[in-house]
Amino acid sequence: MSDQHLRKIDEWRWEIPPTGRMRVPGLLYTSEKLLRRMGADEGPRQVANVAHLPGIVTASLAMPDMHWGYGFPIGGVAAFDLDEGIVSPGGVGYDINCGCRLMTTRLRLQDVRERIPALVTALFQNVPSGVGSRGPLKLSPKEERQVLIEGASWAVRHGYGTEADLEATEDGGAMAGADPEKVSDRALLRGKEQLGTLGSGNHFLEIEVVEELFDETAAAAFGLAPGQICVLIHSGSRGLGYQVCDDYLAQMVKHVGEIGIALPDRQLACARLNSDRGRDYLAAMACAANYAWTNRQLLMHRTRETFEKTLGMGPRELGMRLLYDVCHNIAKIETLPVEGKEVRLCVHRKGATRAFPPGHPDVPAAYRKAGQPVLIPGDMGTGSYVLAGTQRAFTETFGSACHGAGRVMSRTQATKSCRGRSIPREMAERGVIVMASGRGTLQEEIPEAYKNLDDVVEVVHRAGLSRKVAKLRTLGCIKG
Amino acid sequence: MDYRIFDHTADLGVEVTGASLEELYAGAALTLFDLLTDLSSVRAGGVREIVVSGEDPADLLVNFLREILYAWNGDGFLLKSCLVREVSPMRLKALLRGETYDPARHRIKQEIKAVTYHQAAVEKTAAGWRARVVFDV
Repeated sequence: MSDQHLRKIDEWRWEIPPTGRMRVPGLLYTSEKLLRRMGADEGPRQVANVAHLPGIVTASLAMPDMHWGYGFPIGGVAAFDLDEGIVSPGGVGYDINCGCRLMTTRLRLQDVRERIPALVTALFQNVPSGVGSRGPLKLSPKEERQVLIEGASWAVRHGYGTEADLEATEDGGAMAGADPEKVSDRALLRGKEQLGTLGSGNHFLEIEVVEELFDETAAAAFGLAPGQICVLIHSGSRGLGYQVCDDYLAQMVKHVGEIGIALPDRQLACARLNSDRGRDYLAAMACAANYAWTNRQLLMHRTRETFEKTLGMGPRELGMRLLYDVCHNIAKIETLPVEGKEVRLCVHRKGATRAFPPGHPDVPAAYRKAGQPVLIPGDMGTGSYVLAGTQRAFTETFGSACHGAGRVMSRTQATKSCRGRSIPREMAERGVIVMASGRGTLQEEIPEAYKNLDDVVEVVHRAGLSRKVAKLRTLGCIKG
Repeated sequence: MDYRIFDHTADLGVEVTGASLEELYAGAALTLFDLLTDLSSVRAGGVREIVVSGEDPADLLVNFLREILYAWNGDGFLLKSCLVREVSPMRLKALLRGETYDPARHRIKQEIKAVTYHQAAVEKTAAGWRARVVFDV
């Protein structure tokens, strides 16, 4: 275990009492079981480090999928006062608006069981993935700027989707305040050829089946039924987002020294929210977020086409509909309750998902009674959960829940443990067809490299940060 | 190039050693490309000169690696050799030799998204110098 002192509050919460220059306590949502598995992970120390940042409100939070990141922990949530507080590119992460998109279909498992291998193969051929893959579009510099401003609606305007897709996307697929002038030429260059690509590493596209419902009313509102075939996409802003983070982080490392903010880790470099530098970063970050939403919209369109062609079906028969799209690496200005008062804050979610409650105006009308859909993917081939946001998350965790299973094994450990094993064969034995561009990726992403998804989701559910709605099981997966 | 990988849950940490500061920085550059590709398949074709600055030796290391990682991610340049011509605590000048990525001859082992500042360090040891850096992969 990390050297950080943890004080148990109740079954699902542990506090890191403020010491030294911590401005607020740390608060971990976890369980005895997950804490035991965390071993020497430095996540808790990073939770404490985040608590040093100026203008942090209430507590530095960690979700149950927390693990050692760089700067902020993965699974970290922190909110900052708009006058006193900061924005930190490292608190968003390199993959700005990395997120998940879940689509439902009219298909039932019994109808397509035999066609899953053909679908996985066709998706692998049609969806560009892997290191250095190029997208299907050749964007002019002018068009690329439009993508950064318009987000997913750019894709819909060009025929890659429908208005209904935008309604089912966080922020309608376009974050306000995006200014391409704040994005460097390097970032624009990297983004130009990668739109519509999945990426590599932990990014994936999965065919899943709804296995279990926990909340039938919410499931009905979300359009989920047992045995239904769904598709989950996990991808982000590709090289454009990485470069935006890299550019601003380097500037802010210099800048924090000049304005006299002492940091326990340089990766936490930041700028005041009310400074030009802070505003410039947010404008560039919004561009990257919009790029990511456009990217996932294009990936979804390609998936729709591939299903239709492979199964010889029309759009109506297939009925591929976007259930929801959420981001899990972002900083957003949101109005949230703090000590009973509504306050505007800058919420950093680094490997954490927004989980807004029933009745919130930002939740799509069709889901407003149930709460915002929260999409939690698991490790490769396990499946995923759909949850619904709660009032408790809104008041306790700045409207946030976890984002995945969370790693427990480093990539090198995972690769070592794969010597002499065939991962595709092991996955096939579990009934999951996997295709990947790089052999290394499969080894780094083996299921045992991650926490047990059921354990993580159970904490979120029992702590009341989101309600379990459905569990989905993986049938096929493509990875970069 | 003398390096070892240390365990980091999400990312990839490396510790590089060198007899001199010049060797250390050059070794760190080659380490990055050794993780990316098979260095023996890369030819020393074109030459590039780069100059980078930093607040201190660790910041300089991160900035140097950021710059050459962009040479790959932005320009498709693969490094074969690196000669650090001048290095002070805050500034570095290096000659890079390598070539443009050719999918027919080069295999990319993994994507490296970024060079992070997290726990980046450059230290003097009894035998020379040691650096630590974490890559986001």
